Amino acid sequence: MANVGTLASTMAAEEPVRDRLDGPSGPRPKKVFSRTNIIVYGTLFVVAVYYALPLYVMLVTSLKGMPEIRVGNIFAPPIEATFQPWIKAWSEACTGINCDGLSRGFWNSVTILIPSVIISIAVASVNGYALSMWKFKGSEVFFTILMIGAFIPYQVMLYPIVILLREAGLYGSLTGLVLVHVAFGMPINTLLFRNYFAAIPEELFKAARVDGAGFWGIFVRIIMPMSLPIFVVALIIQVTGIWNDFLFGVVYVRPENYPMTVQLNNIVNSVQGVKEYNVNMAATLLTGLVPLVVYFFSGKLFVRGIAAGAVKG
Amino acid sequence: MQMNEMSQVSSRNSVEIKNLDLSFGAVKVLQDLNLDIHQGEFLVLLGSSGCGKSTLLNCIAGLLEITGGQIWIGGKNVTWAEPSERGIGMVFQSYALYPQMTVRGNLSFGLKNARLPKEDIESRVARAAEILQIEPLLDRKPGALSGGQRQRVAIGRALVRDVDVFLFDEPLSNLDAKLRADLRVELKTLHQRLGNTMIYVTHDQVEAMTLADRIAIMKGGQIMQLSSPDVIYNKPQNLYVADFIGSPSMNFMHGHLENGVFTAGDLRLPMEGYEYSAPQVSDGPAILGIRPEHVVTGELVASCPVQTEVKVELVEPMGSDTLVYAPLGKERFRIRMDGQAKVSPGETLPIGLVPAKGSLFDKSSEERL
Repeated sequence: MANVGTLASTMAAEEPVRDRLDGPSGPRPKKVFSRTNIIVYGTLFVVAVYYALPLYVMLVTSLKGMPEIRVGNIFAPPIEATFQPWIKAWSEACTGINCDGLSRGFWNSVTILIPSVIISIAVASVNGYALSMWKFKGSEVFFTILMIGAFIPYQVMLYPIVILLREAGLYGSLTGLVLVHVAFGMPINTLLFRNYFAAIPEELFKAARVDGAGFWGIFVRIIMPMSLPIFVVALIIQVTGIWNDFLFGVVYVRPENYPMTVQLNNIVNSVQGVKEYNVNMAATLLTGLVPLVVYFFSGKLFVRGIAAGAVKG
Repeated sequence: MQMNEMSQVSSRNSVEIKNLDLSFGAVKVLQDLNLDIHQGEFLVLLGSSGCGKSTLLNCIAGLLEITGGQIWIGGKNVTWAEPSERGIGMVFQSYALYPQMTVRGNLSFGLKNARLPKEDIESRVARAAEILQIEPLLDRKPGALSGGQRQRVAIGRALVRDVDVFLFDEPLSNLDAKLRADLRVELKTLHQRLGNTMIYVTHDQVEAMTLADRIAIMKGGQIMQLSSPDVIYNKPQNLYVADFIGSPSMNFMHGHLENGVFTAGDLRLPMEGYEYSAPQVSDGPAILGIRPEHVVTGELVASCPVQTEVKVELVEPMGSDTLVYAPLGKERFRIRMDGQAKVSPGETLPIGLVPAKGSLFDKSSEERL
């Protein structure tokens, strides 16, 4: 223990010297062009260009007329911008026997998407809640079986489901496809919700039980308000997954019910006549618009939810 | 007739646990546990982690499904009742406040679930807030409260339920030392004011000693001793309790009891005046426990029945006390001295022992003699 007197006198002696201290002092200056920075930003730039360039090409091509495209300069901006290809892609392009463009597919996709997303999230969140907080005898076995579902390739189940739907009289209908989407979204979404809910302190759940809340009361009034991020994550996963689905759409519904992705394929891959690149590009962009918008508006919550959901296994 | 008798007996006690069994699969956590808690009593369940004290509390609360036995609260068999129907309020270690609700929302959540009329809810919340002095916090969210304030709200949530039995699951463990001491005093005041039955789980013996009317010391899912803090401290029922209670812990001398004299090495300690728990005590190997503060030093040594000298090994000054470590026989003795005592290592210290103030245990059964 230092003598108090000595301590005071040393500190007093130091005071006048402080501004004459030689050598570095204060915060360390930061170099802008350090080697690390160049590598990091350089890599980021290259990757960004790699991803953005195709989008750029699509966008400019979709705004050009066919004569301009035939010139072959794919990176050049349109000389005469025209929205005709977009209009044609939306309402005039022919797919099979119908010539009403992508609009039919768009509305089909919406009709498939909304019930599929709502039902699958509603069921999966309750699943996850029950599996994490109301564990019952055999709940782990149940969960394991559900998880196995996530690892079986879709192709294996394709035909058995055709038979199931046929027997149920749902083959070819949108209802059948909605059911298929709900079923296939169940394992991953249940896992997502279960892991998120497992990270909620158990005492909160106990306190709610002492307060007289039941299974649904705790879920709706305690758990759900705390879990917005994971609901957003599930929403994004389901919206993009179902919107982008091609396989189930082409297999399980009749041509007039085809979702947008299948119609897009039919437009782009039609063999008759001239390939209308501008229309194809516009159609592709139109089809990708929905997931794009979803990501754009909920990106932040998405990252938060994924990070939170990943913590506990 | 038998039922009638039973309910009469039950009404005297606030909480009764009868032959409680609990097992998780093959693991038996609680086994044939019996415990009666009187009306208005402050009972502390004390034990190291894993002793089953929190498990027992959860069983009483109805948060754990029991395997066998009965639980009675307020004269009613609640063995199969839902937690909310048992007439209990519970306070958790992590506070467990609902984060998205205001303090008011937290306090009224249970009352809304019970579908109480609005005015009733408001008056109860106001009363609890007044008792706990959290009125200015009512419209804040738990995130904007300090640890002490949160725990007060958690207590309030039990308070508004207007129940007879409060259950506390290590409520002060997450607070810093000073706040813990403050809230401890507040809890005791609250108990005196409300007169409810309180069951309090802790691993902190200071909390147990200061708060409890009776302490139940648990180990391995069983109650080792159930007595007042005074008895627990002065007359521990077995070696485990003797060792567990008291800080610094009791000194133990291993030796032999013969004709009322305890012998350990060269030391002969006549047990005159010792209150044996049984009238007849057989001779044999025994353990004598002496609390560090019962080792006499200074001028009073001369008046002690047993006097000896030890060589000081280590000194820990703690302000109010000074703790001295010194070998005595085969044991390393802890001796508590006055805070102002001047002792240094290597010094020879005369000490006196009063064997009758100690606790004798049978060596094989480790039970009090």
